[in-house]
Amino acid sequence: MPQLSCKNLCIGYDNNVVVRNLNFDVYSGDYLAIVGENGAGKSTLIKTLLGLIKPISGKIVTGEGLKRKEIGYLPQQTVVQRDFPASVWEVVLSGCLSTMGFKPFYGKKEKETTKRNIERMGLTGFEKRSYRELSGGQQQRVLLARALCATQKILLLDEPVSGLDPKVTAEMYELIESLNQEGTTIIMISHDIRSTLQYANKILHIGHDIFFGSKEEYVASDIGKVFIGGEENGNH
Amino acid sequence: MGIIEKLQIYFAFPFVRYALIVGVLIALCSSLLGVTLVLKRFSFIGDGLSHVAFGAMSVAAIAGLTNEMLIVMPVTIVCAVLLLKSGQNTKIKGDASVAMISVSALAIGYMLMNLFPSSSNVSSDVCATLFGSTSILTLSEAEVWLSVALSIVVVFIFILFYNKIFAVTFDENFATATGTRANVYNLIIAIVIAVVIVLAMNLVGSLLISALIIFPALSAMRVFKTFKSVTVCSAVLSVVCAVLGMLVSVLSGTPVGPTIVVADMVFFFLFWTIGLFSRSGRRSIRK
Repeated sequence: MPQLSCKNLCIGYDNNVVVRNLNFDVYSGDYLAIVGENGAGKSTLIKTLLGLIKPISGKIVTGEGLKRKEIGYLPQQTVVQRDFPASVWEVVLSGCLSTMGFKPFYGKKEKETTKRNIERMGLTGFEKRSYRELSGGQQQRVLLARALCATQKILLLDEPVSGLDPKVTAEMYELIESLNQEGTTIIMISHDIRSTLQYANKILHIGHDIFFGSKEEYVASDIGKVFIGGEENGNH
Repeated sequence: MGIIEKLQIYFAFPFVRYALIVGVLIALCSSLLGVTLVLKRFSFIGDGLSHVAFGAMSVAAIAGLTNEMLIVMPVTIVCAVLLLKSGQNTKIKGDASVAMISVSALAIGYMLMNLFPSSSNVSSDVCATLFGSTSILTLSEAEVWLSVALSIVVVFIFILFYNKIFAVTFDENFATATGTRANVYNLIIAIVIAVVIVLAMNLVGSLLISALIIFPALSAMRVFKTFKSVTVCSAVLSVVCAVLGMLVSVLSGTPVGPTIVVADMVFFFLFWTIGLFSRSGRRSIRK
């Protein structure tokens, strides 16, 4: 049974359909990349999966004991966050809120989870540093640690490497890969088609045409050939 | 006569003591949510709501209510909720609707006060409501207790929901996606702001409330780096400025509200300068 499954999903804002008839399944341990041109509806899909906007029609079904609120999320940076006075510790700790119910204050358990995830993301020693003074890559790792505090099961990453330099980008991909190997399902939006093909095992292409399948099938498909060729010619 | 002796004489009057207590509490409450409002880009809401409170106040005055808060409080709360809701995901932009509501309330309030004057000197009434020139010194005992009770409730709510307010302010989408009901906390924030504004009208008058809410937060953000330290610093700063402003105004006879705001302003420039130096210092170290 899939962990997350979309059936005849139509998504968009205020009844303006952006993408229609999406069908795909994500199994535990998958590494799914969502690709497509700008404006194809990738971010809309992420927001729908997270429950921030309602699907226009169709269903999102979760399985394997996954609850809808157990989807971790690595958002693109917002303007607010760029000058937000918060320490690394405060930001990561806030990821634990979802597991606390009505309890108003953090307990020992939450603090331990926070510590563990800070360590996992290689941020030990940065706890007291201000979030806004970190480099882009460090900020991403802080947000990743926060997402891991909320859930270990499945992570949605919205362009995790945008704005990072090549070296940090490579490190970020390694980090995500290691999380995936430890059993966390990854759903990632990416512009970077080459790295996507290197790491992901499944591809969802959205836009005028929709494709869903394994990476090998995508590379061999017409839609995949056009997109991969176009992106590489366009970028280099 | 020395300053201390002069203050002793003034503090022999109960109404001066009341004013100081209520002033400190109001300053404390108003600074707490300042950080959230500034960071959520809602600074203007304080301004808009205070005008709404002014309009409601004039309606209450005309109706001849002894306790004006009975009208002012609910009206302001309703407007706060509406404004916060309209601030997100709607077609009329938040700032436009705030501007619309606030000028309407201001106009209606002033018009009503002129049409149905409750005392012979309308312009001094209006001035008192807008700039709070004397209201803090003329509080009845019931109003003092009400202010104290509401302030305690505000502080309590803030502490209880501190972690959630942080999460919702830092990243509303993440909070919603992982099951924190951001709408509920936005609603709580809106209601608390409304309460704070109605309270603060007595201290600084409706035109100057925003200053009380955002100045301490902005000053603290120049120097401090974590949410907790910024919150604590802005609370302390706000109380210090309120006390300073009130003492100065008692001693030199300047109007209370503007004196407090000037104190806030002076501290802002002080903190801004400190922030400038410490930041450039850190940058050069990093290089």
